[in-house]
Amino acid sequence: MGRRSSSSPSDAAFHATLVLAGLGVATVLAGVAWEVLDLAGPAMQKGGLSFLTGTTWDPVAGEFGALPALYGTLLTSAIALLVAVPLGIGSAVFLSEIASSRVAAVAGVLVDLLAAIPSVIYGLWGLFVLAPLLRQHVQPAVQSVLGDVPLFAGPPLGVGYGTAGLLLAIMVIPVVTSVSREVLKAVPDTQREAACALGATPFEVIRGTVFPYARSGLVGAVVLGLGRALGETMAVTMVIGNRYEISASLFAPGYTLAAVIANEFAEAFSPEYLSALGGLAVVLLGSTLVLNAAARLLVRGVRHGGG
Amino acid sequence: MSLASVMAPVPVPTPSPGRVAPPVPRADPSPALREEPRVAKMVVEDLSAWYGRRKVLHGVSLPFVKDAVTAIIGPSGCGKSTLIRCLNRMHEIQPGAAQSGRVLLDGRDIHGGHLDPIELRRRVGMVFQKPNPFPTMSVRDNVLAGWRLTGTRPKDPDAVVEDALRRAALWVEVKDRLKAPGGSLSGGQAQRLCIARALAVAPEVLLMDEPCSALDPIATARIEELIHELAPTVTIVIVTHNMQQAARVSAYTAFLYMGELVEFAETAGLFTRPADPRTEDYITGRFG
Repeated sequence: MGRRSSSSPSDAAFHATLVLAGLGVATVLAGVAWEVLDLAGPAMQKGGLSFLTGTTWDPVAGEFGALPALYGTLLTSAIALLVAVPLGIGSAVFLSEIASSRVAAVAGVLVDLLAAIPSVIYGLWGLFVLAPLLRQHVQPAVQSVLGDVPLFAGPPLGVGYGTAGLLLAIMVIPVVTSVSREVLKAVPDTQREAACALGATPFEVIRGTVFPYARSGLVGAVVLGLGRALGETMAVTMVIGNRYEISASLFAPGYTLAAVIANEFAEAFSPEYLSALGGLAVVLLGSTLVLNAAARLLVRGVRHGGG
Repeated sequence: MSLASVMAPVPVPTPSPGRVAPPVPRADPSPALREEPRVAKMVVEDLSAWYGRRKVLHGVSLPFVKDAVTAIIGPSGCGKSTLIRCLNRMHEIQPGAAQSGRVLLDGRDIHGGHLDPIELRRRVGMVFQKPNPFPTMSVRDNVLAGWRLTGTRPKDPDAVVEDALRRAALWVEVKDRLKAPGGSLSGGQAQRLCIARALAVAPEVLLMDEPCSALDPIATARIEELIHELAPTVTIVIVTHNMQQAARVSAYTAFLYMGELVEFAETAGLFTRPADPRTEDYITGRFG
């Protein structure tokens, strides 16, 4: 839309308000980024790239490396997406394409309620239900079969990367489902009819027509889910074990960027320590932005216009 | 649209005593028509259809002559679209839709066990009111969509694409951009692409649901020309609320009013000497 001359003072005021609102969002984002970078400056200058690649986190010795926390964040988020994307998109397809409108309405409300549960409640549930369940039943069973695989090695503690990933998955599913459902609903019925009239079965209609049409929106749903997984703090802190290590085993305890910041911010005793936590925040912010951008590029890359 | 109901069987009660026998086209056909044997490719017998409790078709009986164009005219909401959607079982996929009566293809009930809706829809193709090419597929893939969606492949895809696009009078315009996205064509081109897509699976019948209502006059004229060219090889049923269009493109015309078949005759006869006063009122523009 081109710029049009405002025809009346109220139009001008409206226009100005919208511009201010738009600038406000950008200002907040820039302000947050600036503050975090400012805080992290000393630590990042001192450590340089080794801040990113270092594996030791020793505030007393003044040694700060972000890698174990970054690893924990990426690993738990990957597990979460691996579980949540098929389930979330699958249930969205059920709600928008298969379920009767009454079932879809009821289930849709339930899904939205799931998304609204505070994360500390998920954390409590994870700590008191999911973790014992995994410790007593799932982890021993897995280890009795695959005990020699490093991915499942170590004592069954109940807390760790795997538990955090699964809990995150449960938290991410409603986000992915809710957004995907809206995206799928936005696919015009004329597209489904076109495929149906060509002799496609319901499955073929969904796979061949609905998914391609909704592709960019579905990636958007996954990106939103990823954002929640990357940034989730409270629930993860409660079930990941909070040990600053890199471990190949899903059963091993670990740490995430957000969990370290939340746990240690109050007790950061030196400016250097505080700055290192700021550095973790920069890494978290950066990885969120990078993954977001990557997902967007991915969509643009696979899109042939339309959709 | 719920897809769960696509495969659901449709209750087909025993037909009530038919309202009328399918009217026989009247005498004095145009010379071109007199030569051809009039075989009904599809026949609708005492067809009624509902959306929920609302009955939109009331015992319609009507033949569709093989390799000829039959136009269905009538005011908005008279059941035209519902009628043709019963011909490829697209009516029943809508929630709450029901129907009774029989629809025959080559003399056999399309709800009989010998033909599933999937196969039926490949034999009875459809073009919709609004051009609906698949925007994420290329022009070429759009033409092949009937194959690709069902996971099959013609022996010579390039030949199928060219043939279908030629028959849809689109080949010259798109032959250099077969890889362009289907969403990049103009409205008239997109509709011809949809026609090509329907033709690519070699349907015996082509249903067209107001195919020109979203198009400008020039694009409309092209589609009408195309219908003329296709008519000798495909049985075409076209729904239109444009009477001039019906008069131009069709050999037979059925006039539907309030879900009832008022009159069915050869187009020339129906428009010059309508038998029913309601038909006369409609075609002379007194209502609708």
